[in-house]
Amino acid sequence: MKRRSFILGGIGLSGALVVGWGVLPPRSRLGGRETLPPLYGAVSLNGWVRIAPDGTVVVAVPRSEMGQGVYTALPMLVAEELEVPLAQVRVEQAPIDAIYGNVAVLVTGLPFHPDQENGDLARASEWIVAKLGRELDLQVTGGSTSVRDAWRPMREAGAAARAMLIAAAAKQWNAAPAQCSVSDGVVRHLDGRKLALRELIGTLREVPLPGEVRLKPAQEFTLIGKPAPRLDVPDKVTGQARFGIDVRLPGMLFAALRACPTIGGTLRTVDPAPALALPGVVRVSTLSGAAGGAPAVAVVANSWWTAQRALDKLRIEWDEGPNAGMSSDWLLARMRGALGAEDGFTFYEGGDGEAALKRAVQRVEAEYRAPHLAHATMEPMNCTARFADGRLAIWAPTQVPSVLRHVAARAAGIDADRVEVNVTLLGGGFGRRLEVDFVPQAVWLARDVSPAPVQLLWSREEDTTHDFYRPAAVAKMRGGLDANGAPLAWVTKSVSDAIVPQYLRRTYPALAADTPDKTTIEGLFDQPYEFPHRHCAHVTHHTPVPIGFWRSVGHSHNAFFAECFIDEMAYAARRDPVDFRRRLLARHARHRAVLELAAAKAQWGRVGPGRAHGIALHESFGSIVAQVAEVSLAQGEIRVQRVVCAIDCGTAVNPEIVAQQLESGIVFGLTAALYGEITIAAGRVEQRNFPQYRMLTLGDTPRIETHLVPSDAPPGGVGEVGTPPIAPAVANAVFHLTGRRLRSLPLRLGA
Amino acid sequence: MEFDVNGRRLSADADPDMPLLWVLRDLLGLTGTKYGCGIGACGACTVLIDGRAVRSCVFAARGASGKTIRTIEGLGAGRLHPLQRAWIGHQVPQCGYCQSGMLIAAAALLAQNPHPSDAEIDAAMTNICRCGTYPRVRAAIHAAARAMRDAL
Ligand code: FES
Ligand code: FES
Repeated sequence: MKRRSFILGGIGLSGALVVGWGVLPPRSRLGGRETLPPLYGAVSLNGWVRIAPDGTVVVAVPRSEMGQGVYTALPMLVAEELEVPLAQVRVEQAPIDAIYGNVAVLVTGLPFHPDQENGDLARASEWIVAKLGRELDLQVTGGSTSVRDAWRPMREAGAAARAMLIAAAAKQWNAAPAQCSVSDGVVRHLDGRKLALRELIGTLREVPLPGEVRLKPAQEFTLIGKPAPRLDVPDKVTGQARFGIDVRLPGMLFAALRACPTIGGTLRTVDPAPALALPGVVRVSTLSGAAGGAPAVAVVANSWWTAQRALDKLRIEWDEGPNAGMSSDWLLARMRGALGAEDGFTFYEGGDGEAALKRAVQRVEAEYRAPHLAHATMEPMNCTARFADGRLAIWAPTQVPSVLRHVAARAAGIDADRVEVNVTLLGGGFGRRLEVDFVPQAVWLARDVSPAPVQLLWSREEDTTHDFYRPAAVAKMRGGLDANGAPLAWVTKSVSDAIVPQYLRRTYPALAADTPDKTTIEGLFDQPYEFPHRHCAHVTHHTPVPIGFWRSVGHSHNAFFAECFIDEMAYAARRDPVDFRRRLLARHARHRAVLELAAAKAQWGRVGPGRAHGIALHESFGSIVAQVAEVSLAQGEIRVQRVVCAIDCGTAVNPEIVAQQLESGIVFGLTAALYGEITIAAGRVEQRNFPQYRMLTLGDTPRIETHLVPSDAPPGGVGEVGTPPIAPAVANAVFHLTGRRLRSLPLRLGA
Repeated sequence: MEFDVNGRRLSADADPDMPLLWVLRDLLGLTGTKYGCGIGACGACTVLIDGRAVRSCVFAARGASGKTIRTIEGLGAGRLHPLQRAWIGHQVPQCGYCQSGMLIAAAALLAQNPHPSDAEIDAAMTNICRCGTYPRVRAAIHAAARAMRDAL
């Protein structure tokens, strides 16, 4: 396929969608007063800000809080411009509306090499996709885009609201607006008079929305850039925080289910009688799969434990379907076969990689591998639904309320405007809650027990065996050095299944198209290293295994392939790994600075006996991260003692949250690097609960230090960027310590 | 059955085999205690029974009645427990889902060992946190231990 036509076709998701939008005026993301319902005597100022009668500033946050701190970082953007202290701000989940559509998530999905970003094709594509994001009201929390997307609109919303506070006060005082200002949550007149926000409620209803507003330059920031305590923390230490499984409604019933254990299998028969005989059991339902979900049998009862116990009494006969012979080894053999037989799609080409390899004096070659992984959010999948009088209400921990509403309406056979979506706190997301497979299940159960509300909760075993896994991947890496040991060529070919086409098939079948998917190769084709000759291709190998977006997506394994292989090339060239990288970054000053900061803070190369350092540098989601891992061995096991992490994420809106997210990303990535592996045998996922799908615990956790490169560039992402570099940093350290290159994840010395 | 939870006597029509976790969550409406694995492997459901940390998903209701139960809702007994203050000071929680169990496990540890070393914290704190709050959990336990000793 021609690269150009795939991009122009693929980004529109489907060409038809783009038609007609060219004539629409660009839509402002400020929204109007009507965007937010004026509840309880409050006054809405625009689609993001409302003032409550007691003067509290209520900020509508259209992103989901799943631990990454959006319920703090996004209100900070508004509060900065509005000039109110964070303590005066309360967060509310935004309704579904086009102004909240996540533009950044689509723009960053475009398959452009960062060095080409200013090309015409790239600019045109970004423009189309940004329009698409606004029009589709794609309310998505993912791709580490929340702050990047909100950076302008939420500051503008704050500035516009401030102008209205000033206009209202000026009106009340009969003064000129120029004599009034807002500071510390109070409107002040030059002559010393003051008005609290609660005293302005009436007048605020009468002032018009302002036109152009001016945003503060970075030097004037008082909140942005300083650590501020998270607004959601107090409720999370007292047990008051409400997650999906904590929804309690009058008359609510509880449901548990068992989904077909074989991928692609179906239900043959089940006799509900043994379950129905148990006291407290209300109903047994069979559920067909939708939105990627597997067919299942569910029990509804007066407690979840009763429902779960009743399930155990059922003898369910499954039709194993076509994949009963599938195993991880078989899949690996097929992937290797495809890697050898197919050229794949070239995502990036600079110079002539193959010719340069032939010319090279020294060639380095290696095969790298990564397994399937489960998300294992601490809160298993769940959804609460009530279906009564032709209206559907949903309470769910979700990263995609607008997709959820669309899928729920389809399952219920009603219009989307008859579906109310309430987003709860998420007990972890990591990409798993971009999926809505559990939603039709809850909708059908709510229909079966209507008008009673029902809360469907999956057991941990269901959650682990019915995930959308991080795809398994294999990469063939080839590099060439010239006679002086200088890098000449970087040629990669990788193979894996592709997430985006699968995702579209299960959520928006009308938009599904088999276009090359950037997530397959991100982190491998967009490396900053300045090789004179580069060629990066990917072979898509479709499998029946459900795959999905796993924290840092393609970067999660591609960084491992790329950063270990760079290390191999450094050794082949007999150069220090930091120095080798630095020389390949002559035109990439930001990358160089991050690399050098991590190396300096870790005192690169200076370690005690029995220990070694390894380094990795990786850009993802608009931020550049370098990590130095200090590793030792204990009883033949890899022990990570310390991780020093440096980041350039542009403006750090809340540096405390940035540090938290890096720690989080490192623990998440280290868990995968040391233990993470989902295997398939006889068409079933073998791991069922935590002992088999092992997690890092406190005792295994290294000391972690984070260092930020000061910057006033626009913010980059932070929720995922800590994850990609840790596996290669540890693997490189293991090589320096033992002389063994571990090229397959998880890292196992015994293997 | 009668249960003594957070200083209150509560009654629930529970099957004696029902794990305490579900009595608390589904029958008594105390949702602060979480479900993570159901097999005693993650600690999300940890509560105190007579001062001891117990994983309530594998602890049958019959064993809990007549004993003193304390859940996250009652940890501070009306005020914030020093651990909760340390948790806020060190900004421990991320998604927050595991934190009830984490705090209760830490409370049981400090009740037995007011001055735990890093190694003792490592050994006692086996709860799973998928958000990776571990470094802050460790720091906050040390801080709370200090605060509790200073208050004596
Ligand atoms: S839910 Fe009880 S230990 Fe995991
Ligand atoms: S804070 Fe999310 S699981 Fe611990």
